[in-house]
Amino acid sequence: MDVSATSESKLMHMDVDLSDQQSLQRGAKIFVNYCLSCHSAAYMRYNRMGEDLKISDDILKENLMFGADKVGDVMNISMRHEDSINYFGVAPPDLSVIARSRGPDWLYTYFQTFYVDDSRPFGINNLVYKDVAMPHVLWELQGMQRLVHLEETGSVYYNPNYKNSLELVTTGKQTEKEYDRTVHDLVNYLVYIGEPIKLKRTKIGVWVMFYLFIFLVVAYMLKKDYWQDIH
Amino acid sequence: MAKPIKTLVNGLYNLRDWVDSRFPLMKIWNEHLAQYYCPKNFNFWYFFGSLALLVLVIQILTGIWLTMNYKPSAEEAFASVEYIMRDVNWGWLIRYMHSTGASAFFIVIYLHMFRALLYGSYKKPRELLWLSGMAIYLVLMGEAFFGYLLPWGQMSYWGAQVIISLFGALPIIGDDLSLWIRGDFVVSDVTLNRFFSLHVIAFPLLILGLVGFHILALHEVGSNNPDGVEIKQNKNAEGIPLDGIPFHPYYTVKDIVGAAVFLIFFFAVVFFMPEMKVPGTQGLFLESANFIQANSLQTPEHIAPVWYFTPFYAILRAVPSQLGGVIAMGLAVNLFLLLPWLDRSAVKSFRYRGRNYRIALSLFVISFLFLGWLGLQVVTPFYTWMARFFSVVYFSFFFLMPFYTASDKDKTVPDRVTT
Repeated sequence: MDVSATSESKLMHMDVDLSDQQSLQRGAKIFVNYCLSCHSAAYMRYNRMGEDLKISDDILKENLMFGADKVGDVMNISMRHEDSINYFGVAPPDLSVIARSRGPDWLYTYFQTFYVDDSRPFGINNLVYKDVAMPHVLWELQGMQRLVHLEETGSVYYNPNYKNSLELVTTGKQTEKEYDRTVHDLVNYLVYIGEPIKLKRTKIGVWVMFYLFIFLVVAYMLKKDYWQDIH
Repeated sequence: MAKPIKTLVNGLYNLRDWVDSRFPLMKIWNEHLAQYYCPKNFNFWYFFGSLALLVLVIQILTGIWLTMNYKPSAEEAFASVEYIMRDVNWGWLIRYMHSTGASAFFIVIYLHMFRALLYGSYKKPRELLWLSGMAIYLVLMGEAFFGYLLPWGQMSYWGAQVIISLFGALPIIGDDLSLWIRGDFVVSDVTLNRFFSLHVIAFPLLILGLVGFHILALHEVGSNNPDGVEIKQNKNAEGIPLDGIPFHPYYTVKDIVGAAVFLIFFFAVVFFMPEMKVPGTQGLFLESANFIQANSLQTPEHIAPVWYFTPFYAILRAVPSQLGGVIAMGLAVNLFLLLPWLDRSAVKSFRYRGRNYRIALSLFVISFLFLGWLGLQVVTPFYTWMARFFSVVYFSFFFLMPFYTASDKDKTVPDRVTT
């Protein structure tokens, strides 16, 4: 039975909101607590994050830096490459630009669609990443899900809402709504570290457009003046 | 108040005269700008020459600054691009300008070439002008291809792998040729290093030389215009074309307006949609798969070239045999070179051409656009047949041209330009 889905149109949708600084701060906390022990973000510096998300150096050091001692360090991990291959079969990928290659919708769906599968080494599988090597690290928040309703649809591939294909068998610390927000914050954060300048890029762009339109008007008036005697 | 300014201005005039008696400064200025006479009836389509020059300058300047921080090694290339995007001051802007500039270059060049098709600008006496322009286009394709490997993402890597392997389809020399290009049995650090060298030195030098040739050839024969009338055939007593106006100041001020409009579109992409993520694509200017570091052991699901190569890529895939596909693709790119001799019509501009050419040109543009779209899609039997159909239309434009242009019912061309 094919329960994998790769087509983008069948993913759950998430609205990225980089202007929501609190969401990004919560996302940062989830990221360093749950992801940053196995995954690095080797192009991302702690103090860049601090500067962008208005987190002071002290708070950075106290709450968000476990594997580094200088705020100018990049988000590396101490797990060795060979060890991680021993643990998981593959080395966990660096997450600096994961949101740019996977896209936010894919990531959002990915974190929502882990389910129990006894045939897998960690007893877990995923609907958008078939036979994923990663365990469901957020299980204590979400709880565990199992696949249902496969008899009816034949395959979840055609199911626009993955949640209809999955049901909780054990509950986690968070309600469904809280977990949705957790995943939203985490993906929001991953989009941010994928391109930190995105927070400012469009704001600068507005000024550039403003300048160029004024320039266009002046240039057009100059042209008109020179060309008035050409017929 | 006026005294110091007057002294300064006089000083500058003296400096100019000092240089001018040792170097043909005013001669060059007059020949190419102040006394270079252009037809006064240039329209929208005549902006793209100066815009191509503008994009070239953008690419060279941003390229110089990128080279200051980029590392052309398989180990470091991908990370150095992210370093530019994050840690180099304004590095993100320089990088996005360069990546957007690559696509902008092709948009501008394709529109510039289309202008030549509309108004017969390749026809006598402008054959060399056309050939030098085509040479720029071909070198630009190489330049873009080499540059695309440098970010060392998955699409960079596998795109290069696929395109280089096309040379392997050539009989006898194929395998050795692709090995020679790569410098290794697979695309590797060696390939990256030589592509870097070609991208930042060899091909830019070629482009600059060819652009110089192109402009000199243009200024020798003079510009064509939307009426396809030779303005040099109607001159006044001083030998100045009656329908001509000096490039400077008239077209300098007009081209500044064109540049302003262009820059609005250009920076809208740079600041608001640098990936050009059109629905149904991975990103037309920056593909999502290129944010995964190159991995020689893992082929991406869907390898597609960047949009500006896709019409030719669709033709390649439309032909069942690989060698046949490579030949068809090569032909599709190079047939433009023959246009001055395939076109048998006495009339340049489509304004005064008969129905045949108008229909042929429309069908050609439609087939080019469709092929470009098809080249981005995953192959299906239906798409393959569509690509075959449009390939036939594409080639017919060239191969049937001697016939449909010779028998076309052209109209009378006026003696002077219309407004």
